Amino acid sequence: MPSENPTPVIEFRDVSFQAGQTQVLRGLTLQVAKGETLVLLGRSGSGKTTTLKLINALVTPSSGEVLVNGATHREVDVIRLRRGIGYVIQEVGLFPHFTVARNIGLVPKVEGWKQDRIQGRVQELLQLVGLAPEIATRYPHQLSGGQRQRVGVARALAADPEILLMDEPFGALDPLTRDELQREFLALRQRLNKTVVFVTHDLHEALRLGSRIALMEAGKLVTVLTPREFIKSDDPWASAYVRAFGDGLESITD
Amino acid sequence: MEVIRFLIRNHTQVLELTLEHLWLVGLSTAFAMVIGIPLGIGIAHWPRWNKPVLASANIIQTIPSLALFGFLLPVPWLGARADRLAILALTLYALLPIIRNTYAGIRGVDPAVIEAGRGMGLTESQLLFQVELPLAVSVILSGVRIAVVISVGLATIAAAIGAGGLGEFIFRGLAMVDNGVILAGAIPAAILALLADFGVGWLERQLRPR
Repeated sequence: MPSENPTPVIEFRDVSFQAGQTQVLRGLTLQVAKGETLVLLGRSGSGKTTTLKLINALVTPSSGEVLVNGATHREVDVIRLRRGIGYVIQEVGLFPHFTVARNIGLVPKVEGWKQDRIQGRVQELLQLVGLAPEIATRYPHQLSGGQRQRVGVARALAADPEILLMDEPFGALDPLTRDELQREFLALRQRLNKTVVFVTHDLHEALRLGSRIALMEAGKLVTVLTPREFIKSDDPWASAYVRAFGDGLESITD
Repeated sequence: MEVIRFLIRNHTQVLELTLEHLWLVGLSTAFAMVIGIPLGIGIAHWPRWNKPVLASANIIQTIPSLALFGFLLPVPWLGARADRLAILALTLYALLPIIRNTYAGIRGVDPAVIEAGRGMGLTESQLLFQVELPLAVSVILSGVRIAVVISVGLATIAAAIGAGGLGEFIFRGLAMVDNGVILAGAIPAAILALLADFGVGWLERQLRPR
């Protein structure tokens, strides 16, 4: 292992996953370094969401090992592990019977934080994701799609996790809101220095947000490239993506 | 009116039988909830059990009530007291709507909400008590409401085996061929059913998640 590469935050060692007769993932070996944003890019059914869920142990590998901070899931308490990993999904999954404040404060609460500390943290996070403080007392159904996803991000950040997993978080939003949230994500990432694994099928999003892009196809990792390498790549799958998404991609990587 | 006069003249007995009726319905519904809600939660989480459990509850429902009271009569401890027997039979009948609605309520919770909760590191019991049950509670209660309304009606038949309740008047009236006496049992029973329906319905609306 090269010396400039210390223990990776997340590591897949020859991981396969089989669901019934279907081989969802085969022989995945991949490392995610501290502070980087690794984008898993691929079509639906390529195994990118499964890869993400392997990290927070929502899915258990059929063979191979997943390590987070050097420890396999068998060596750690899975509940503790998940509380140290923020998780954002496309459908957001806010608890409809909780106010925004309770949604955001849930992990801190089950972690036993004091009530005033939770309240302070909720306000801090609302500000961080660009929401007004009075949103705290609303219920999820009273929010717009963009606001809901912001709350989803705030909730994932609540207990200040080192790792953030995002499964097409902006996929269901209108283009303007998506653009806004992508921009804020970049700003946020600079401030917080989290290790992020981000799933998308949108090459624009991948080029814009990723430090590296892991391209997946039919349950296999095709290649891992930086955004600049990706648009110039002569890998057939990568160039197929570049062709499909058309011109003007260079401008995104600048 | 014949009925009103009868009710007024026998008001102590009417009250007594109404209380007996409530006792039969209340206790059996409570038992059915204690058994049915955990069963419904169980089959929602372990789907392989849902067919056998729901089928059994369905079969119980198809047994005619008089026949069920009859079947249970020779059972040692139960047969000794008619009210025990009636409560068991009513409990069995109340199970189906409660199990089925608990199952439906839990299964009806948005899978994304469950996934987010699990991904955030909630334990299975935190998921159940803080997410699944609060979101399913109004569906579960509407099952309880159906069970109570059915029980109020069925409990009148319990008088046939001497378990008391408002059915006493109905059976006495039948024997005497006196509609007034039949109605003296039927009208309070109908009022009870309506009140129970309204009461549980109100509770259901109070607890409904927004």
